[in-house]
Amino acid sequence: MKLVTAIIQPESLETVQKALVRHGVGGMTISEVSGYGRQRGHVEVYRGEEYTIDFITKVRLEVLVDDEDAEALTGVIVQAARTGQVGDGKVWIIPVDTVVRVRTGESDSAAI
Amino acid sequence: MLEISAGDTAWVLTSAALVLLMTPGLAFFYGGMVRAKGVLNMMMMSFISMGTIGVLWVLFGYSMAFGNSFGFEVGASRPDGPTYIGLLGNPFDFAGLASLMSPDAAAGTLPALAFVAFQACFAIIAVALVSGAIADRASFGGWTLFTVLWGVLVYFPVAGWVFSFDGFTGEHGGWIANWLGALDFAGGTAIHINAGISALALALVLGPRIGFGTKPMRPHNMTLVMLGAGLLWFGWFGFNAGSALSAGTTAAVAWINTLAATAAAMLGWLIVEKLRDGHPTSLGAASGVVAGLVGITPAAGSVSPVGAIVIGAVAGILCAYAVGLKYKLGYDDSLDVVGVHFVGGMVGTLLIGFLADPASPAGVAGLFYGGGLDQLWRQAVGAIAVAAYAFVASYLIALLIKKTIGWRISPADELSGIDLAEHSEAGYDLSPVYYTNKVQRTLVLSVDDLVEAEKTGASK
Repeated sequence: MKLVTAIIQPESLETVQKALVRHGVGGMTISEVSGYGRQRGHVEVYRGEEYTIDFITKVRLEVLVDDEDAEALTGVIVQAARTGQVGDGKVWIIPVDTVVRVRTGESDSAAI
Repeated sequence: MLEISAGDTAWVLTSAALVLLMTPGLAFFYGGMVRAKGVLNMMMMSFISMGTIGVLWVLFGYSMAFGNSFGFEVGASRPDGPTYIGLLGNPFDFAGLASLMSPDAAAGTLPALAFVAFQACFAIIAVALVSGAIADRASFGGWTLFTVLWGVLVYFPVAGWVFSFDGFTGEHGGWIANWLGALDFAGGTAIHINAGISALALALVLGPRIGFGTKPMRPHNMTLVMLGAGLLWFGWFGFNAGSALSAGTTAAVAWINTLAATAAAMLGWLIVEKLRDGHPTSLGAASGVVAGLVGITPAAGSVSPVGAIVIGAVAGILCAYAVGLKYKLGYDDSLDVVGVHFVGGMVGTLLIGFLADPASPAGVAGLFYGGGLDQLWRQAVGAIAVAAYAFVASYLIALLIKKTIGWRISPADELSGIDLAEHSEAGYDLSPVYYTNKVQRTLVLSVDDLVEAEKTGASK
């Protein structure tokens, strides 16, 4: 099994979710994260006082898949999340040893 | 009949609006104190009171409080003649209020409807106060039914006992105001003791929140609490100074007393916290403000400004200790309605017996001003009578609701949050992430939903 993790623009989440659903994905986990890469932060001003905000809000999307689905899924995410602007994010795949569904105790492919 | 006074009318109508603002203020005060998952339900319990009581008051509530009282005569053999014990206003006297639109309909120097408006807002906030005892766990239907039954069976009669003076709106008024002669300027007994003890009855019938006493349940938004306390103080100037029912000296005395007692109570509460816990807290300041406002409510027209400082300080200090009782005794009065409103109301009502100043608008002397114990026992009898009636009646109403439609939401709903379960809403969306889909036939987005969404063009 593989864990596909994507860091994407918050605005892209809906498009990516729809693309994944259309691709047949039955579940996913997202979290709000902050970070920066090529895209830099911004400046906020309160009563003339300036603050540099280095870390930008992003969405981290995680999907567990069987080995053979990982590449295709990555392609779906990349296509749906791409706007062409700096800050569109990254997607990576890492191997997963074991997966267990808490409710039933099923493991591995049956738990995905 | 007294002539209608433009000045008095203007002040009382303004005060009525100030008092109505207290209920949303209370919603902020209470809403900030619960956990984020219950903020909307907490606020809605106050708001629904404006709905139910607002309508009942117009239909027959005002009449039940201020119509000509049913009752009986006592002391027929006394030299000064018999006295009438008024128990309940005739609900049909002013039902629907249409008869009060006439230019001749007056209450003192006010158009009758100005008095109706002012008292309406009192009835609304009285019910809303009770809701603090049952945060996070009461079904909204149960609470809504409670507002109706409590208004009709508890508040309307008790308001008549305390606020309805003979000959003001009906020939016979209520027994506490006229026969007993207990002083309650703006509702220490009728509102705060009444709501405070009723809150205890509800907390006992409903039982504690899951995890009460073992899990931390800290306020989720202290800034809302501070905003609410500020709005309550602002509105309370209408509550107390407006209770003069005139724009003159009495209103001004009540205003200053409302400032003095509240300031002293906040200091008193904070000093207790600093000495006992090491830190003066913002929740302590907000609570001290409310304790002082409650304490001075019955006494605003009968004590001197320095007397008001004494009442406020005692209320602030005592309430700061009283709010800890629920953990010792094991009842979940979630937001301390008993500890602040019942205890604070008792402090103000009883201290009148000691501190009533003959130079004040009420013109009565308490124990410290050479008046002996006469006023003190009247105050005590009034307070105990209201507390006993309200506790028993509220307990029975709460049991009735428990046995019929039920009070508690399911444990699963309580744990995941009452806002979602009862109102289908969340109090806050502070996330910059776009989580929701607008058009969906199933709970989780499926391929079928996508067709639908694209057809209607919804969700972007």
